[in-house]
Amino acid sequence: MITQVQKPVLEVHDLTVSYGRNPVLWNIDFTLPKGSLAGIIGPNGAGKSSLIKAIMGLLEINNGYIKVFDQGLNEVRKKISYVPQRESVDWDFPASALDIVQMGTYHKLGLFRRPGKAEKALALDCLKKVGMEKYRDRQISELSGGQQQRVFIARALAQQAEIYFMDEPFAGVDISTENMIVDLLKDMTAEGKTVIVVHHDIHSAPKYFDWIIMLNMYLVASGPTEKVLTEALLEKTFGGKLSLLSDAAQLIKEKGFNPLKS
Amino acid sequence: MEDFVYFFSFQDPNVAMVVAGITLLSISAAMVGTFTFLDKKALLGDAISHAVLPGVCLAFMFAGSKNPYWIVLGAFITGAISTYAIEWISNSTKLKEDTVIAAVLSVFFGIGILLLTQLQQTGDAALSGLDHFLFGNAISIVYEDLMVYGILALLVIICILVFYKEFKLIIFNPSFAESVGLPVKRLKLLFNTLLVMAVVTGIQAIGVVLMAALLITPPAAARFWSNRLHVILMLAVLFAVLSGIAGAFISFAVPHMPTGPWVVMAISFIAFASFFFAGKKGILSKWYNQRNYQQKIHRDHILKSLFQALEKNSKTLEKDEIMEYFPGKEKLTRTYISKLEQENKIELEGEKLKLTPSGLVEAKRVVRLHRLWELYLAQYLNLAPDHVHDMAEKMEHLLTPELEAKLDASLDYPTQDPHHSKIPRDNDL
Repeated sequence: MITQVQKPVLEVHDLTVSYGRNPVLWNIDFTLPKGSLAGIIGPNGAGKSSLIKAIMGLLEINNGYIKVFDQGLNEVRKKISYVPQRESVDWDFPASALDIVQMGTYHKLGLFRRPGKAEKALALDCLKKVGMEKYRDRQISELSGGQQQRVFIARALAQQAEIYFMDEPFAGVDISTENMIVDLLKDMTAEGKTVIVVHHDIHSAPKYFDWIIMLNMYLVASGPTEKVLTEALLEKTFGGKLSLLSDAAQLIKEKGFNPLKS
Repeated sequence: MEDFVYFFSFQDPNVAMVVAGITLLSISAAMVGTFTFLDKKALLGDAISHAVLPGVCLAFMFAGSKNPYWIVLGAFITGAISTYAIEWISNSTKLKEDTVIAAVLSVFFGIGILLLTQLQQTGDAALSGLDHFLFGNAISIVYEDLMVYGILALLVIICILVFYKEFKLIIFNPSFAESVGLPVKRLKLLFNTLLVMAVVTGIQAIGVVLMAALLITPPAAARFWSNRLHVILMLAVLFAVLSGIAGAFISFAVPHMPTGPWVVMAISFIAFASFFFAGKKGILSKWYNQRNYQQKIHRDHILKSLFQALEKNSKTLEKDEIMEYFPGKEKLTRTYISKLEQENKIELEGEKLKLTPSGLVEAKRVVRLHRLWELYLAQYLNLAPDHVHDMAEKMEHLLTPELEAKLDASLDYPTQDPHHSKIPRDNDL
C-alpha cells in the first residue's frame, strides 16, 4: 500500500542502507507531497532513524538515491533541517540554551563570521516560539528532557528551512512539551513546510500525522493516514520481522565484506 | 628575590624571548586542549606527545644537529602518523579506542627511547641537551627556536579563532554539523593537525612527556569556573600562561632544572585550587552548603520540640529536657540554643526555654510542612500512616514557601495529618 505522488518534495528511490555489514533498510521507495506532516512508525530496529540519517547523508547508501525538491541533497542543504535524537549529544557541553539555538544560523554565516545581532534576535524569537525565552541563559545540562527537546526544535526553527526531519522528538518528553511540539508542527505544515517525524507511539500517530510511513526493514506502507492505518498493515509492520530478510542479513554479516556495496 | 626581579623586569633580551615563546606555546596548547578536552579526547593528546619523540631523534640523526626546522618536521611526522594509526586501528578493528591509544603510545615512545639511547652512546658533542626534549628546558630556547616554535603556535591560535564556531559545532553535535553541510571529516583532520602542531611547539620548552598536561589540565581547571565555552577558553589560556611562565622562571633560577615538571606542578596546583574553591561546583562550597543544611536541621528540631511541648500544654521546656532529644550532641545543642536566643526566636527564663512569637511562627512552619508532607504521601502515594514519618522528617527542612503553597492547594488546605494531629496555621490561637 504505497501511494506515490506527483511533484514530490521528497523522493526516496530504491534505497538500501547498511551499518557496516549489517543491512538495515531494503529497497525503500516512496514519495512525499508538499506540506505533509509525516510520521515514520515501526518496531525497534525497523530502521526508522537510519532512514532519515540516510536521507541526510549521514549514512553510506548501498543502493538507490534521494532527491529533495527534485535536486541532490548538497544543492538544497540550506532548505533542510535535521533534528537528531536528544540522547545523541552530551548535554554537559558548556553552552546556554541560546548558544544552541544560534547553532541553527551557523551554516548561513560561512567562515569567519560570528553570530551577530540579527542571528541573536532570530534565535530569541525561536526560543519564544517553543516557550523557552525564560531559559535563554540557562546551562543546557540544567534543563529537563522536555526543555532540551524544545531547544533542539528551536534550533531547527532558526534554520528557516522548508523541510524538517526530526528523530524521535517525543521520546522522553513531558505531555505538555509533546502537545506544544505537535501544535507547532501543525502550524508549520499549514504554512506549506514539510515535516517528517520518527515516532514510536502507534496510538498517538493517527492524531498527529496526515501521512504515515510504516517501516519494518522494508517499506510496509506509505500514504495518507486514513488509508494506511489498517489492521492488516499494522500486523505486517509490528508482527515480527520478515524471516527471509533476517536470514539474508545474517548471511551478509558472515561474509568478510558487504556485497551490497556497489 | 634578585632572580625574580631580574627575570620579570625582562631587561635580559634572552629572558624576554623565553617568556614570549612559552606564552605563545601555552596559549596554543590551552586553546587546542580546550576543544580536545570537551571532545573527550584527552588521551589522544597524551599519545601524540609521546609519539613525537622518535621523530625528534630521527630528525637529529638525519640533520646531525639540533636544527629546529628538522626537529619540528620529524616530530610532526611521527605525531601525525600516530594519530592516523590510532584512528585507523580503532575504525578497522573491534578494539576500543583506549586500548589502541595505550598500545600506540607505548610503541612510539619505546622506539623513541631506543633511538635516544643509541644517539647518546655515540658520544657526539653536538648531542648535549638532546635529553631536554624529554622534560623540556625553556631557558635553552634561542632566537631561531623562538621563530620556528612561535610561528607554529601563532598559526595554531589563528586557526582555532577562525574555526571557533565550526569546531564548537562538530564537537557538540557532529551529525547536525554534517547535516548543515559542514565538511566534518576535513575539519576533524584540520583539528588533529592543529593538535599535533600544538604538541610539537612544546617539545623544547616543556618536553614531549609532559606536554599532554599543558593541553588538558588548563581546560579541566577552567571547567570548574564557568559554563560558557568562551570563558573556559580564556581561563584555560590564562592558567596555561601563568604556569608556563612559572616553570620557565624556576628553570632560570635553579641551574639544570627542567621546565616541564614545574609547569605541570603549577598547572596541577591551579587545577586543585579550582576543584576546591571554584564557585558552586567546588568541593569547599559543597561542604559549606551541607554544613549549613545540617545546622538548619538541628535548629528546626529545637524549635519543633518546643512547639510539641506547647501542644501538650507546656509553655516551657527545661534545657535538660531538650538536651535529651539530641543525645551525643549536647555541645552543638547548647550553641544553637544561644544562637536562637540571639535571633529572638526563643526566650530563656532561668533554665526554662520558651518560644517567642516569631519563634512560634517558624516552629509552626516546620511542623506544618512535616504534617502536610505526611498527608501528601498518604493521599497521593497511597502510603500507610505508619510509613510516612521518616520521609516527612527530611522534607520539613527542604520545602520552599512556593512548594508549600502548591502542596497545601493540592491537599485542599487540610486541618489534620494522617495521625489525626492538627496541622498548625499562623492564625491559630
